[in-house]
Amino acid sequence: MSLRLAVPLILLALVALLPTIAPWSQVVLTIALAKGLAVLGIVVLLHAGQVSFGHALFFAVSAYIAAFLGKAFAGGELITMILLGTLASLAVGLLVGLFVVRYRHIFFGMLNLAVSMIFFSILEKFYHVTGGSDGMQVARPSVLGVPMERAGFETLLFYGALVLCIAVAWGVHRYLESPIGHMLKTIKTNETRLEYLGVSARRTLLVGYLVSAGLCGLGGVLMAVTQGIVTPEYAWWIRSGELVFIAILGGSGSVAGAFVGALVYEVVRTYAAAFAADIWQMVLGFFLLGIILYASSGLVGLYGKLMDRLEGKHKTPAGGAKQSMEPAQ
Amino acid sequence: MNAQLFALAMFDGIAYAALVFMVAVGLTLIFGVLRILNVAHGSFYAIGAYTAASIGGAIFAAGFSPWLAFPLLFVAAALVGILLGGPIERLLLRRIYAKEDALQLLVTFAVFMILEDVQRLVWGVQPYFEATALQQLGNLEVLGVFYTKYQLIFLPIVAVIVLIGLRLFLRRTLSGKLILAVTEDRETATAMGIDADKVYLLTFIVGAALAGFGGALASATTSVVPGMGADMIVLSFAVVATAGLGQIEGAAVTALLIGLGRSFAVYLMPELEVLIPYLIMLLVLLVRPEGLFGAVRTRKI
Repeated sequence: MSLRLAVPLILLALVALLPTIAPWSQVVLTIALAKGLAVLGIVVLLHAGQVSFGHALFFAVSAYIAAFLGKAFAGGELITMILLGTLASLAVGLLVGLFVVRYRHIFFGMLNLAVSMIFFSILEKFYHVTGGSDGMQVARPSVLGVPMERAGFETLLFYGALVLCIAVAWGVHRYLESPIGHMLKTIKTNETRLEYLGVSARRTLLVGYLVSAGLCGLGGVLMAVTQGIVTPEYAWWIRSGELVFIAILGGSGSVAGAFVGALVYEVVRTYAAAFAADIWQMVLGFFLLGIILYASSGLVGLYGKLMDRLEGKHKTPAGGAKQSMEPAQ
Repeated sequence: MNAQLFALAMFDGIAYAALVFMVAVGLTLIFGVLRILNVAHGSFYAIGAYTAASIGGAIFAAGFSPWLAFPLLFVAAALVGILLGGPIERLLLRRIYAKEDALQLLVTFAVFMILEDVQRLVWGVQPYFEATALQQLGNLEVLGVFYTKYQLIFLPIVAVIVLIGLRLFLRRTLSGKLILAVTEDRETATAMGIDADKVYLLTFIVGAALAGFGGALASATTSVVPGMGADMIVLSFAVVATAGLGQIEGAAVTALLIGLGRSFAVYLMPELEVLIPYLIMLLVLLVRPEGLFGAVRTRKI
């Protein structure tokens, strides 16, 4: 097996085993996986060349659905929460999507932002339903009818999330490689040509939008049950910005990058933010600028370059390595 | 709703619209020329407000004449435009004009994130309140309602002067005509010997200064708090999008529409206050995707 493939597999195994060695990491990693799912939703849209500054909306919709279910059924059932939460996000995604797929670029990004701000203020204003800015507790649900203890539940969530993420990552990869995925990418490269081929660009983007909304919804439920509390902050624009940030950090357009970015981001945030709580956004901002200006292919791209250099040294000492280091723009 | 409440809602709406217009017009001007939606525009607004409030607080405490509050508005605007706007365009935006739209949006978003924390580092999180300019002009009784002259007369007049001034500047002066030429077709304008880089810089400074001016004007009417920039950028985008990107006169009309819609909501349906601007925007865009005053643009193949 080549080194290029071996390293990710070793990293994956490390992530899977880390909680058995260091139990403190379990919740952080689960949250990272939940965010990774949502970031994957952003990545799907990035393939169409669109940035949404409002996808925290779908994250929050499903999280609140989980909280309501838990409240209504005294705990509730994890599987129902995941299914209904994601479904609700898809429904909202359809509603918002039908409107925003008519727009591109700036309008697409900002209209998403506007819709998410509307939802944010609804969550805050209707406090008798949503608990206002204090949010709502999410009761620990049973799993397949079996009531869970806290430790067992957290372990189950982590490994469940890990398996889910792998499955979803594979699914999204297949989607992006399928004909409809390629049509989605054509929206970025040449939308007019897509229309000339008789394909509806809006409908293609709507499918992509639904996929991304569903992914964010899935992440939102996981986040809600892991944290045990949902607040309007879930729908805040800073959350949306965070998702976009992670997508760019991991490597825009890379499925693996979504999770790598989320893991790196969440671990760094948990331990470094304590030292730099006041300037955390500033640090993120400078990082974002740095990545866009100097390493637009993100962490995954850096890894690729590193591997090129390592392999290049074995095969062609200078020429080959240098060429592949400069990705075609 | 009785006449007094109606008048109050009306005045609130007009005063608010004047402030929103100031920010929105800068945003739309920058977009028209640079083709970049400057998300950091909200920060310029907030920093303008902080600058005016903190300098004002210092000089009035030192015993200077309270009338200095008015020149101070321009000082704050100029500081924001030259010290912030200039370097940002020069050092950062200039490097990204060739990049794809999504990345341009992200770059200004990153600047916005940085500036949000800069505000907190410089001014802290406690609210600033500096209403000298407001108090200096006194009150006025109209339709049985007491209202401040600052909000009822000064703000709308300033907004109208800015609107007419911008129009004259763009149509009658050489610099303005150069800006319009570059907006129309950068390549041809460059070929005719226009220094497009300089025009971009000038436009960005003017746009940023307008946002800072809006913030300085607003600082007299409300307490300056963290997060005001985020609210303002989304709201002014709503105005600009509803009007049609790049439409200056349209932004004025739409600011009035959204300002009034919002203030009437405050008195009639307080829960909907935050939603009204976006609902107006969504409704308009559903019917006219290019905005109320925007022209349909043909796409390049």
